[in-house]
Amino acid sequence: MTDAARDVYTLAEQREARPVGSEPTFREKASRIGSLTWTLAITDFRLKFYGSVLGILWTLIRPFALFGVIYIVFTEIAGLDQSVPNYGVYILFAIVLFTFFAEVTTQSVQCLVLRENLLRKMHFEPIVIPLAITLTGLLNLGTTLIAVMLFALGNGIYPTFGWLQLPFIILLIAMFANGLGMLLSTMYVKYRDVYPIWEVLSQIMFYASSTLYVATIVPVNYREEFLVNPLSMLFAQMRHAVIDPSAPSAGEIMRGDVRLLIPLGIVFGTFALGAYVFRRASPRIAENL
Amino acid sequence: MPVTTMSSEKDRRETELARAPVAVEISQLQKTFRLPHQQYHTLKERVIHPFRSMTYDELHALQGVDIDIRQGEFFGIVGRNGSGKSTLLKCLAGIYRPDVGRVKVHGRLSPFIELGVGFNPDLTARDNVVINAVMMGLSRKEARRAFDEVIAFAELEEFVDLKLKNYSSGMAVRLGFATAIQVDADVLLVDEVLAVGDAAFQQKCFEEFHRLRAAGKTIVFVTHDMAATERFCDRAMLLEQGKVMSIDEPHQIARAYNELNFGRLVHEESESGRYGDQQVCEILDAWFEVDGERTAQAPQGAALTIAVSARFSAEIENPVFGVTLRNEAAHTIFTTSTDHAEIELGAFAAGDEVIVRIEMENWLSQSQYMLTPSIARSGLGADALDVREDLTVLYVHASRVTGGVVDLPATFSIERT
Repeated sequence: MTDAARDVYTLAEQREARPVGSEPTFREKASRIGSLTWTLAITDFRLKFYGSVLGILWTLIRPFALFGVIYIVFTEIAGLDQSVPNYGVYILFAIVLFTFFAEVTTQSVQCLVLRENLLRKMHFEPIVIPLAITLTGLLNLGTTLIAVMLFALGNGIYPTFGWLQLPFIILLIAMFANGLGMLLSTMYVKYRDVYPIWEVLSQIMFYASSTLYVATIVPVNYREEFLVNPLSMLFAQMRHAVIDPSAPSAGEIMRGDVRLLIPLGIVFGTFALGAYVFRRASPRIAENL
Repeated sequence: MPVTTMSSEKDRRETELARAPVAVEISQLQKTFRLPHQQYHTLKERVIHPFRSMTYDELHALQGVDIDIRQGEFFGIVGRNGSGKSTLLKCLAGIYRPDVGRVKVHGRLSPFIELGVGFNPDLTARDNVVINAVMMGLSRKEARRAFDEVIAFAELEEFVDLKLKNYSSGMAVRLGFATAIQVDADVLLVDEVLAVGDAAFQQKCFEEFHRLRAAGKTIVFVTHDMAATERFCDRAMLLEQGKVMSIDEPHQIARAYNELNFGRLVHEESESGRYGDQQVCEILDAWFEVDGERTAQAPQGAALTIAVSARFSAEIENPVFGVTLRNEAAHTIFTTSTDHAEIELGAFAAGDEVIVRIEMENWLSQSQYMLTPSIARSGLGADALDVREDLTVLYVHASRVTGGVVDLPATFSIERT
């Protein structure tokens, strides 16, 4: 027996047999979900650039090229940066965050059907699949953000304490996307129309959220309603915290921090609803595929 | 005699198993699938036909299955296609949830329902093993530690960093099997995975199952292969239309399974061990001959003739005559048929009688053998006309006892270097 094999057997011995017939503990379940999610996510992340010469560098090069175009169109040609300082940098951040949102939701729609082979042949918590998609999205976002931040530095925006808000903003977007993903993937098992419908809806979301423009461009009378959209609210807060501290925060635009509870409620509500629907469907997902 | 040791070993195992705690408990298991008459997948269809989809068929895949499988038992599940085997296995694996009843598995479970689930062709063997092992329930750390052992078992050391798409399908299967056995489960669910791989690897798989069996692992084995069932299983279960037909010794189950497949007895009064309806023809007798003399004993090494006589009561074209020799442990030692030998017997009319003789060299070990003659209709699906199980006994005597089931003539050559 090789050393590695001996290790495995010792491991097996150490793994004390739990009392016969008892359910796995919450911790065991969570660690299994965690390691599976991580394994699937990291695999997908690595496969994305499989076969390309520059590999992971593309996650940096692609946004740079995109940003170049956006920067020239919006600042040099359209001259929109006259009234909004660092307009180009804002658009980059917003597009990158929105792309993350769109990627996670769109991929989640079909995820259960595409992973049918796993679901029908292995026993694991199906929640792993939408979670892994969100995690892959986060990994992609992480590499892209490096490029965005380099770009921001090049435009004279330096890190402030406000940047510490960015992880929370990303976390909220991830929750929103994951919640929608769980909801959409469960629906897609029954109704295949969900995919084209969601494609259209996410296009609408792109223009309806302040991705290419800033929230302060919206007429004052409608701004509060506009920020009910969680993405617009989070982008506005991102602008205040990361790019331009002189820009109004989300709470200021909504005239009262308490009102932020509406978009935040939508985020948490969507997540809770998605989790509830998914959890209810999951014991029978394998047989309904 | 080796045979006696074998059967006492078997008895010992039986008593041990009877005392062992239960490893898998299935009680009153029922599983029903709803099959809509037409599957609706788009909203438009649903809007246009709001009520039509409400009609559906119910498929009762499992209707009240009860089994207790003991710790350390090698338990076979056999049944025809659509009998509910796979559904049962998926319920055991926790992939399907039972509608009624309970499934309880004590200990860690490793499903071999399909090998290499989640294998990705664009990744190397190393990555795929880790993914697969994590899917099977190891932690990432355990998976990485098990890697060397997996590669050694699969004999793929040279191809560790090769992408899986460049593997032959057999190599991929070996990798999958090697990963699956690393999970170090207490209960293994095996679904016909042995049908793949070349003969050498199949042998290795069987050896591995022997090792696991000896190590006291509980194995639930789903198969169509009656020879494997008889070879490995302590007990077996015959499933038919979602119901347990019987749970018995593998030999009995194999017989019942063949009965199901080759047409059930028409005559209620039919003697045990006889199947086929004997409407077209019946086996009159079967015997052995040595040197042209009818005999019940034969010396090892001499020519041996097996003879089967039959009478036809209806017209038939090219019936297939077959014989099977089983030793005392009920292992099939030799089987052949006119079909295997590609011999066509031609047409027979009602009233015709025939004697079919098969000549062979007798290299059987010293033991007692039972002869089962059979006649079947030619063609696929071999419809048994008459089978008379263990009709005749032959005692083979030899000058030496080697312990093998056969004693083939062999020559040695020694080359000193």
